[in-house]
Amino acid sequence: MTEKTKIETGFSSDAKKEPRRIVFITRNTSAKVKDERGPKIMTYPHVLVREAIVLEVLIIAMVLVALFWDAPLEQLANPLLTPNPAKAPWYFLGLQELLHFFPPFVAGILIPTLVVIGLIVIPYFHVNVEGKPLWSQNASKRFGMVLGVTVALLIVLAIFDAWTMIVPTVVVLGLLVAANYSKATAGWMGGLRQKPLSWWVMTWFIATALCLTVVGTFFRGPGWSWVWPWGTHAG
Amino acid sequence: MATSFITLLENLRETRVWKSIFWRGPALTNRTRSLAVFGNLFLHWLPVKVREKSLRVRAAYYLGSLSFLLFLILVITGVLLMFYYHPAAPNAYRDMKDLRFVVSNGVFLRNMHRIGAHLMVLLVFWHMFHVFYRGGYKPPHEFNWVVGVILLMVTLFLSYTGYLLPWDQLAFWAVTVGTNIISAMPLIGSKVRFVALGGNIVGENALLRFYVLHVVILPLLAFLLIGVHFWRVQKDGGLTVRSKDDDGKN
Repeated sequence: MTEKTKIETGFSSDAKKEPRRIVFITRNTSAKVKDERGPKIMTYPHVLVREAIVLEVLIIAMVLVALFWDAPLEQLANPLLTPNPAKAPWYFLGLQELLHFFPPFVAGILIPTLVVIGLIVIPYFHVNVEGKPLWSQNASKRFGMVLGVTVALLIVLAIFDAWTMIVPTVVVLGLLVAANYSKATAGWMGGLRQKPLSWWVMTWFIATALCLTVVGTFFRGPGWSWVWPWGTHAG
Repeated sequence: MATSFITLLENLRETRVWKSIFWRGPALTNRTRSLAVFGNLFLHWLPVKVREKSLRVRAAYYLGSLSFLLFLILVITGVLLMFYYHPAAPNAYRDMKDLRFVVSNGVFLRNMHRIGAHLMVLLVFWHMFHVFYRGGYKPPHEFNWVVGVILLMVTLFLSYTGYLLPWDQLAFWAVTVGTNIISAMPLIGSKVRFVALGGNIVGENALLRFYVLHVVILPLLAFLLIGVHFWRVQKDGGLTVRSKDDDGKN
């Protein structure tokens, strides 16, 4: 009897056989998160009008700056007259600051390559797609590991005297330690306690890059020595 | 005045010429508004509808839009600058002097290009960090994040190759410092540097190479990748919208 009622199932259409993610359910939420993204509005005209306004504001701001600030133009290029210091464009001055501490291969090739690879692989690490706080489980073990890695990094940086990297690293580490021992659930410290590890790594990266770039741009003078931007060393 | 202008525009949309260009008159229904987007070559890579939340200023500060609009402004000012520029030494430097003292609004033109370039680098970085903190790289947006990282590098190279073109001390030594780093590459460093500069020093060949990269190869690459980037936003299901967004309102 049971033999006869057996139903066979299978695909008879050419519909996609690969399973496709329709909704991503994070813990403690329901499947209706998709609907909480709010209503949709028409691109024409709503987006186009906003883009036009953005363009106008941008052009007005740029024109105002262009009227009162002139693009620099120095003497004709002269290979025989090296300025001191010779500086790269501002967005590479973080790298130039690194070159001051590390061998050229490390600062100029290895670190930039690792940064680019690191940025590219970010979305392919599915370890913590849900963005769970660093302290959601195994709190003391995780904190110990992060602390250990950071201290090891600090020792390497100290060997190379790379103090413009040490300062932002210590600041971010200080925030992390404070968040670890804080009991806050609200306010900015409470928010900090909710951040996943990826947030901490990126924030450390941005803080370091920013510190290196600002120091390289404003605080470095002849022979890459420390100068104050308001000082009269120039020339 | 305002009403008469609107009436004029409305009447214009009813004309045969308008309809021959856009296939249809005023877009007053959601159907014709959709057609206005995907029936237009210059708009068809946009989604027909977007989440209202993703348009809020605090959602993304329009950083992506600003980066793209800056690219357009830089193309326009850049093409105008090309009318006055010879990629040769020392003519390039003389052209800078001409822009300052001879060409009408030459200083303004160069200022706009320079400001735009700095701003674009800044905003593309900011755009990337903002997308990271919003989790915009998460599935299904993984590949578009990678395209974005490549676009960041194209932006940096665009800015860097443009940096040499004025052929003044600032340009020359910035590029000398930068390209010296390439030599630190193991085994092939000096060869790569030779290819990049067209010689062993930053000279006229390097200027020409940087010029061609700056005005042809990199802008085309950027244009192509921007197209992919926008198109993927649409195909991946729109911009990332978080369930509780940004103004604290839902």
